[in-house]
Amino acid sequence: MIHIVDYGAGNLTSVYNALAKVGVDSIITNDPIVIANANRIIFPGVGAAGSSMSRINSLGLDIALKQAIAKGTPVLGICVGSQIILDSSEEDGGVDCLGLIPGNAKRFLSQPGLKIPHMGWNTVQYLKEHYIFKGIPDGSEFYYVHSFYPSPLSENNALATTQYAGINFHCILIKNNLISTQFHVEKSGEPGLRLLKNFASWVPEVAC
Amino acid sequence: MLSKRLIVCLDVKNRKVTKGVKFQGNVEIGEPVSMGSDYSDHGVDELVFYDIMASAEGRPIDLEMVREIAKEVFIPFSVGGGIRNLEDMRNVLLAGAEKVSVNSLAVRTPEIIQQGAEAFGNQCIVLGMDVLFVGVSDEIPSGYEVYINGGRKAMGLDALQWAKDAVKLGAGEICVNSIDADGTKAGYEMNITELIASNVEVPVIASGGAGTPEHIVDLFKNTQAEAALVASMVHYGTYSCESIKQSMNDAGIATRLQWKL
Repeated sequence: MIHIVDYGAGNLTSVYNALAKVGVDSIITNDPIVIANANRIIFPGVGAAGSSMSRINSLGLDIALKQAIAKGTPVLGICVGSQIILDSSEEDGGVDCLGLIPGNAKRFLSQPGLKIPHMGWNTVQYLKEHYIFKGIPDGSEFYYVHSFYPSPLSENNALATTQYAGINFHCILIKNNLISTQFHVEKSGEPGLRLLKNFASWVPEVAC
Repeated sequence: MLSKRLIVCLDVKNRKVTKGVKFQGNVEIGEPVSMGSDYSDHGVDELVFYDIMASAEGRPIDLEMVREIAKEVFIPFSVGGGIRNLEDMRNVLLAGAEKVSVNSLAVRTPEIIQQGAEAFGNQCIVLGMDVLFVGVSDEIPSGYEVYINGGRKAMGLDALQWAKDAVKLGAGEICVNSIDADGTKAGYEMNITELIASNVEVPVIASGGAGTPEHIVDLFKNTQAEAALVASMVHYGTYSCESIKQSMNDAGIATRLQWKL
C-alpha cells in the first residue's frame, strides 16, 4: 500500500492510475498523521514551488514527511516533489523548501533558440546502479515538463542525469530512503510504470 | 537529448473519434480509449483529445471519457474543446489529463490563460490557435489571422501577436493549426509555424496538413517546432507512428525509438 500525498497538486489521479496499472494499491491523502505512519509514500507535484510549499506547510505535511523519512519509510518525490525536497527553490522569487537534501532548484537559463519549459521525452543516463532501475535500460527516455531543475550540493545525492540547456542536470536524487525523479514517472510509458513498480518493492539499504 | 515529439490528435464526437476535412464532414473511426492506448503502444509521444461538440452543445467536456483514458494511457495527453472556465480546467486536470487546451475561450477572455497558469502552472496550459493566411495588412502584420469557433469566425487578431500575448499571460505551449493546410495532406504551413516558434520561448506544436512522414521531417528540418501533430495519416492506417519515427531517425531528427521494455 502506497500513500500519495495530496497537497492540491494536479497529477494525483495519474499517479494513482499508474500504480493501479502495475498492481499496486494506493490511497490519496492529506492527513499528516496517516502520512507520518505510512509504509510507503509518493510525493507528487505539479505547479509552482511557492504555492506548493505554503499548502504543504499549512496542512502540516512538512512535519509528517520529515517524521516518515526519519523512520526510514521509502518516499518517492515526483517533478516539483523532486525540487521542494531541497533547501530552497529560485521559483517565485525564492522559496524555502523542505531541506531534506542539501541543494536548491534553479531555473534553466534563457538562451536563444532554447525552449522553456523543458517539455517532452529525454534520455536518462545512470550515474550508479540502483534497485529502481531494475529492468529499465540505461538511456531510456522519460517525460519531462519543468522550467526549474534540482541542483543538489553533492553528487552523492544524484542517481542519474539528463541533458538540457547545455547542462547535465541531476534528474534523480537519492538520500537513504528518499528518492525523487524530476520526470513524470506516471506519464513515461513502460519505463515509468516499471520504475513505479520497482519503487513499490524497494527496500532501502540504509535507513537513518 | 530532448526528442522531437509526435502527437496524434483524436477529435471526439459522441464518444467516437472522428475525422473531418477542413473542419467539416466528420466520419467516425473508433473509440477514444482503445485508440489512445493503441497509439501509445505503437510509440506515439503524446495524445490530444478534442471534444469537438462540447462548445456547440454548450456543455462541459466529457469528464468520464477523460477518466477512462487516464486509466489506460500512461503517456501525456491533453484535452480540449468546451473549456468554459477555471473550474472546467481543474476538472479536466484532476480527471488525469496532463494539459488542457484552450482556443476560442482564450481569444474571448484572455485572462483565463493567466488564471489557469497561476492555478495549475504554465506547463498545463496549451493555447490552441486556428490561423488562416489573409495577406499582410496594418491590422494583420504577420498575414495570418486568428479564427475561433472551429475556424468559422475571424477575430481581426494577428496570429503572431496573439501567440506572444498568450505566452506573456502564461501559456506553456502553443499549437498552431493552419486552416489552409488542415485536411489537405499537403504538408504543414511552415511559414506561420516558424514565425511563431522563433518568436516565443515556449514549445510550438505544428498542426494541420501532415500527409506523409516526409512532411514531418520537413517540418523539423525547417522550423523550430518541438512537436508535430498528425491525425488522418495514422488514423486510416496509411502510416504508423513507428514508420514516421523511423523516417525522423533516418533524417537525423531526435526521436524516441525505444518505448517497449
